[in-house]
This record gives sequence, C-alpha cells and structure tokens, in this order.
Amino acid sequence: MSNVIMQTRIRLARNLKKYPFPCRLNTALKNEVAEEIIKAVKNSNSPLANELDVLYVKDLTEPQRISLVEQHLASPEFVSDSAGRALIISKDRTMSIMINEEDHIRLQILKKGFDLDNAYDIADKLDTLLDENLDFAFDEKLGYLTQCPTNLGTGMRASVMLHLPALKSSKAIGRIAGNLSKLGLTIRGAYGEGSEPQGAMYQLSNQVTLGISEKSAIENLKNIAEQLVNQELQAQKRMCESLETQDSILRSLGILKTAKLITCKESLELLSNVRFGITGGVIKDVDIETVDTLINDVQPATMIVNKKEKIPPHERDILRAEILNSRLN
Amino acid sequence: MKCQKCKKNTADTHIKRVINGEFEEYHLCSECAKEMGYTNVFSNLAEGFASDFNSLFGSFFENALPARTQATRCETCGTTYNDIARTGMMGCADCYDVFADRILPTIRRVHGNTTHCGKNSSNNKSKKVEEKSEDVKTSELENLKAELDKAIKNQEFEKAAVLRDKIKEKEDNNE
Ligand SMILES: [Zn+2]
Ligand SMILES: [Zn+2]
Repeated sequence: MSNVIMQTRIRLARNLKKYPFPCRLNTALKNEVAEEIIKAVKNSNSPLANELDVLYVKDLTEPQRISLVEQHLASPEFVSDSAGRALIISKDRTMSIMINEEDHIRLQILKKGFDLDNAYDIADKLDTLLDENLDFAFDEKLGYLTQCPTNLGTGMRASVMLHLPALKSSKAIGRIAGNLSKLGLTIRGAYGEGSEPQGAMYQLSNQVTLGISEKSAIENLKNIAEQLVNQELQAQKRMCESLETQDSILRSLGILKTAKLITCKESLELLSNVRFGITGGVIKDVDIETVDTLINDVQPATMIVNKKEKIPPHERDILRAEILNSRLN
Repeated sequence: MKCQKCKKNTADTHIKRVINGEFEEYHLCSECAKEMGYTNVFSNLAEGFASDFNSLFGSFFENALPARTQATRCETCGTTYNDIARTGMMGCADCYDVFADRILPTIRRVHGNTTHCGKNSSNNKSKKVEEKSEDVKTSELENLKAELDKAIKNQEFEKAAVLRDKIKEKEDNNE
C-alpha cells in the first residue's frame, strides 16, 4: 500500500479575526500578523514550539524559494511574493505553517506513506493549541472563514500522493478523474502541469470543505485511495508479466546507472519506471526509499540548494547524472 | 494587458508556477485561466459578463430572495461587491456577513450546501449550542433554496415560482 501511496498531506486554512484577509493587508500589517502568529506558535505547548525554524521569504534566494516548492513545503504563489510572508517549519520538516499565503495561516502536516489519520491528528492538535492563543475567524454556519470561499467550512485539504504508472499507461486515469469530481475529490499531477504529469505521480485531494466533517472527508479520501491502489496493483501485476514491460523497466534502470547527462524530466520518467519495477517485483536489488529520495534530490532548485552554489543548467544535467549513477550502483 | 495565451482578451488572472527550477508567471484572461484549471468562483457574477439569461436569472433571483442588505461595500475592510466578483476573494471575515445574500448561491454551487459540519473554533464553544428545532428549520430552508437554485438553472420557472412562495412563507414564519 505505502509503495503506491508515497506521501500524505493535511492542510488547514485559518485566519485571525481581527485582521482583514491577506489580499487586503499592506506589508506592515502582514508583518504584524506574521509576528503575532510566530509568537503564538513559540508560546504554544506544541511539539512545533521547541524545534522550529522561521524562514522569512524575503531572506531566501530564488533557488531556496523554489526548492521549498519542489519539496511540497510551500506553494509557488507563496514564494513568488515576499512581502510579509514567513514559513514556520519543524526541523524534521513534517510540520509547517505558511503565513500570509492566501490565508493568514496554512498549517501543513506532511508524512511519508499512507498516514491520513495520524497526520490529521497532529494537525488537529496543533490547530487546537494555536486556537488558544489566536482568535480565529469562525462562523457557526460557514465554519472557518477563508479568503477564498472554496476553502470555507473545515478549511481542510487532505491529500495523498499516488504513484500510478500502470493506470497512467492504460489511459484509465482520465476516466477515473472524471468520476472523482462527482465524489467531491480531485486528482492532478504532482510534478509538471497539464494533461501529462511527470513520473506518473498524482495528488488526490478532497475538493469540498463545507458541509462535510474532517473525519468524513478523510474516510472518503481513504476509501477512494484504497480503491485506486488496488486497481493500480492489479494493472501492475498484469503488465509486469509482459517481456516488453520488464524490458522497459530494466532499460530505465540501466540508463539511470550509466547516463552522463540527464534532465530532471527524463530522470523523473525513468525513476518512475524503476519504482514501478520495484513494486511489480521486476527489480529486487534497489530500495524504494532510495528512489523516493532521488525523486526529491534531482529537482533543479533543490540541487542548487544542496550543492550550496549556483549551477548552470548544462552542469546541472552532469551533476544529476553523477548523483543518479552513484546512488543506484 | 492582453492575455498571454489567446492574445485577444484582457488579462485579469495572474498565475505563478514553478517549471524546471524556475518561476513562470502568466497573465491570462479568465477563459484561458479556466482552461488551465484556475478558476475564480465568482467570475459569473462579474460586471459586464452577464448574458441575457444571466440577467433574467439575476432579477428572478432577487425577487425570490429579498436581500437583507443592499450594501455595496464592506465597512470593515473597504472591499466592494465588484472587487469580490472580479477577484473571487473576500476581503475580511465581515464581508461574509455584508454580502451574504449575494454570495450564498455561489457557495452552494461550489460546495453543494452552505452549512458547516466538523471542528468548531474555541471562539464558538462559549456560545450556546443552537436549539435543535431551529437547526431543522434552517436546514429545511436551505434545502428549499438549493432546489430553487437548481430549478432556475434548469429554467423550470413554474417549479421555481412554487418554491419561491414556500421559501417566503417559511422565512416570514421564522421572523
Ligand atoms: Zn486568453
Ligand atoms: Zn470586509
């Protein structure tokens, strides 16, 4: 199960009652909101209080900002504007709070594998502790009040990142996506944009936040995720029996082990094939953890941040090939 | 500014994303933005967008649900109704109150209902839990309004007229 479900994420949107929403705040007021939230987190009796970093977006370089997006710790919208924006983040990076994105608070819990109940539990506790020190905008009828009405109610987006190479190649994913919207869920590519998600990795999340409790929304998501995983595993089993599939999987591993120049896009496609090979039992001597770490580490801005120096695109492709060669051999 | 994609319409949506380690920013018209999966939930309320049917729908709807206020501007944050229709964003918590009558149909369209269910902020816990009978009444009214919304959308105006009378009756009783 956790092989197909790579990652679990819970996001809660909250706003302070006494300030207008971020779209109506000038930089000075945004800073005031940020300081108030940072103070509340530090004074809260939460696990986040003792081991946090505060990153002010204005102090970050462009690669550092983009790397946060690549690691699913911030949205592109959040890091593209620095005025009054800060990210509170735990040392282990599983807990974070984006301050002054679309809402004053976007609390996020990020966990490896399939861990929705636990992730929600952590988010819920953290939210309750913050609620003691901050006066949240809340309405009995509409729930938590958010800048965009699409997040009203619970303000919660729960999502799982799924690796669905077999459903993608059989083109079943388009049909599934159409049906999901009727169930209040949405699925989209986790990397890349548009109809061709890179590396067959998808985010499945709840769409409706008003009129459905956190627990029901999570149950609903869990149910559908499990069904997708079963369909994927069945399709993988069928596909992995064919010599053509095995050939393409093993060739992918061969390229990753030996290439001298490789782009991020190609790496993701090939790593996806290798991942497929591990889950389907075609590859036995590569660890899935290694592949998942590589998926993060080959991202362009993250490479620059890890190397701690600027790398021009061509040299990035050389370095990427070296990283892949050494970790897979 | 013209839309960067179709190069015809006026751009009113600013989209930021990360592609291959770099920021990409686009200024798009609402149609092209929608095509790329970015939507303003209030776009159909924006000025100058109303088709004949929409204006018919609008006037009909106003008859059906007399607005409690005709406010065009939120006193707390200065946001106008047109700002909301244009950006899809509320200005502050009070905006939800000020513009309630006009935004509830959109909220219902997006979420399928308009009543929160789930965690309550501690803000709210000190308040007495609403009496049950009141809740039932409200949700009945909500359902009728949802049906009305649907009837209007399907252009079933006779059915809508009946529903409108029922809603009026219920609302008068509630007061
Ligand atoms: Zn356009
Ligand atoms: Zn307002």
